Amino acid sequence: MPKVEFERERCKGCELCVSVCPTKIIFMDEKINQKGYKVATVQEMDKCIGCAMCARMCPDTVIKVYK
Amino acid sequence: MAKQLMKGNEAIGEAAIQAGCRYFFGYPITPQNEVPEYMSRRLPEVGGVFLQAESEVAAINMVYGAAGAGDRVMTSSSSPGISLKQEGISYIAGSELPCLIINIIRGGPGLGGIQPAQSDYFQATKGGGHGDYHLFVFAPASVQEMVDLIMESFDIADYYRNPVMILGDGTLGQMMEPVEFKAPKKRDLPPKDWATTGCAGRERNVINSLSLVAENLEKHNHKLQEKYRHMKENEQRWELYKTDDAELVLVAYGTTARIVKSVVNKLRDQGIKAGLLRPITIFPFPEKAFALLPDTVKAFLAVEMSAGQMVEDVRLAVDGKCPVHFCGRTGGIIPAPAEIIKVATEIMGGERK
Amino acid sequence: MKLVFERPSALTDKQTHYCPGCTHGIIHRLVAEAIDELGVREKAIGVASVGCSVLAYEYFNCDMQQAAHGRAPAVATGIKRVHPDKVVFTYQGDGDLASIGMAEIVHAAARGEKITVIFVNNTIYGMTGGQMAPTSLVGQKTTTSPYGRQPDHCGYPIRMSELLSTVQGAVSVARVSVHDVPNIIKAKKAIKKAFETQLSGAGFSIVEVLSTCPTNWGKTPLEALKWLEENMIPYYPLGEYRTPEEVK
Repeated sequence: MPKVEFERERCKGCELCVSVCPTKIIFMDEKINQKGYKVATVQEMDKCIGCAMCARMCPDTVIKVYK
Repeated sequence: MAKQLMKGNEAIGEAAIQAGCRYFFGYPITPQNEVPEYMSRRLPEVGGVFLQAESEVAAINMVYGAAGAGDRVMTSSSSPGISLKQEGISYIAGSELPCLIINIIRGGPGLGGIQPAQSDYFQATKGGGHGDYHLFVFAPASVQEMVDLIMESFDIADYYRNPVMILGDGTLGQMMEPVEFKAPKKRDLPPKDWATTGCAGRERNVINSLSLVAENLEKHNHKLQEKYRHMKENEQRWELYKTDDAELVLVAYGTTARIVKSVVNKLRDQGIKAGLLRPITIFPFPEKAFALLPDTVKAFLAVEMSAGQMVEDVRLAVDGKCPVHFCGRTGGIIPAPAEIIKVATEIMGGERK
Repeated sequence: MKLVFERPSALTDKQTHYCPGCTHGIIHRLVAEAIDELGVREKAIGVASVGCSVLAYEYFNCDMQQAAHGRAPAVATGIKRVHPDKVVFTYQGDGDLASIGMAEIVHAAARGEKITVIFVNNTIYGMTGGQMAPTSLVGQKTTTSPYGRQPDHCGYPIRMSELLSTVQGAVSVARVSVHDVPNIIKAKKAIKKAFETQLSGAGFSIVEVLSTCPTNWGKTPLEALKWLEENMIPYYPLGEYRTPEEVK
């Protein structure tokens, strides 16, 4: 079952991944990281289709994708 | 190799090739054009690369790249072109890259003239670019000496990982003299394991002079200053001519020093005990030579093809022990012996006001 | 389940200093992916320019040299002439390449230097705080064109890809964008093709990548992508301006 992993401490909260996720499952977690950014997060991992759109759009290589 | 009659500028090229230089990046500017012209013919013959850049700014940055890639590389230019290269030279010194830079000085400032001059002394020795750095600077006085120093320069550059400059002038570049190419005494040189050659089988290398953390930049500066201290300690070179009993010591380098030798002889004919102190390295300035002079010395006379630049270093070296006078010509005019003799005689005849 | 997407090995794991949403980060990754896929990381020597990407030598995991502002193509020339078998690339912004470094890029192209230039065009000087660049659009407000760029005062933005496509030695010239995923995928192809042009020895290759600057455009990262699409692409049309096939 496809899944994504977010390296919390690398995220800068730019939200580009949120805008491109086709299943709209990425949201900004209120719990900020050490840099003080809200972190992109996925909870409904079962809806992830492993398309890697988020990872391609991410400027900071935060996201690993498994399929 | 037997002696051969060669033009200074061409001898520069051949000496560099004999010393293993295989890359030349330059740009046309009188009076050093024969250097790139010669290299464009010769380098391909030895598997090297000659490239005429779009400007001296581009040329010095090509030198930066090639030096950082780990090979022996040089450029040559004349005063205005050397001004354009100053930023690049500061980067080369900051990144600790070895290379050779030839300056065949012409009259300045501005577009100036194309005749010989020595008015780039400050630029060469006090750092024409930004930051605390120094070039290792030789001032040859003959085509043979220029050849010998160039052949040694690449080892010195590699040894110190620092740019070396040959300060010539229009006469040295344009005149022909017999030369032979003798290998210099060998220095043991560390391998260039810092060069960017592709990181196969090792950690990656980075050639860089940027250091945004002030403490690191200061540490780097201390390292560079240690290098210059080492040069001052071990690399000062000079020639003393008839100074054993001298009362007036003339100080001159390069072409001017040759004229001053005949002045010394003539002054001695007139009963004035004159001698010549000729710096061969002008960075590190040969302060040690001054300590060797006898107590008979009453005054110094610096003679330059400029409005007086090296004279300041002479004053620093003499450190107030006795007066230091200056005479010189600018605009590309070579001082004639007669006018130097006149000044020297006045100095020794009575105190110059 | 297999790992299908991760940071390419040609990037170090150092976190970049770029502003949130700045697409420099995407372009870095695309260059690194191309280097990985071509298997040339150990043969690659990159040249970082001066601008926001001045710290690129900390991000590309291969031998790097730091060039003075505008001089990367000259530094790269020196490297490539010493190591013709290595893969030499520069990574430059629009201030670096199209302003102070204009002579260096035009002549590197004219000489057909077998190097690959990654030219990031975000129409502004980012590192120094948002000044007008040679690529700033007509009417674009910057800290040095506070009333909007006025052509009769300081001319029109320079179209580098079109300009360089008239230069014989530039065998591969393309302009791409990274404002959405389909274009990111196309951008990667173009970057890989540019490196392949170098590997084939055909000559000089450059990819102009339209990029955003949220901070100095005064926009959110998402608004910046939209601004790029609606304002930059009409003036800087995407596409291949010269391809090695044409040259053959």
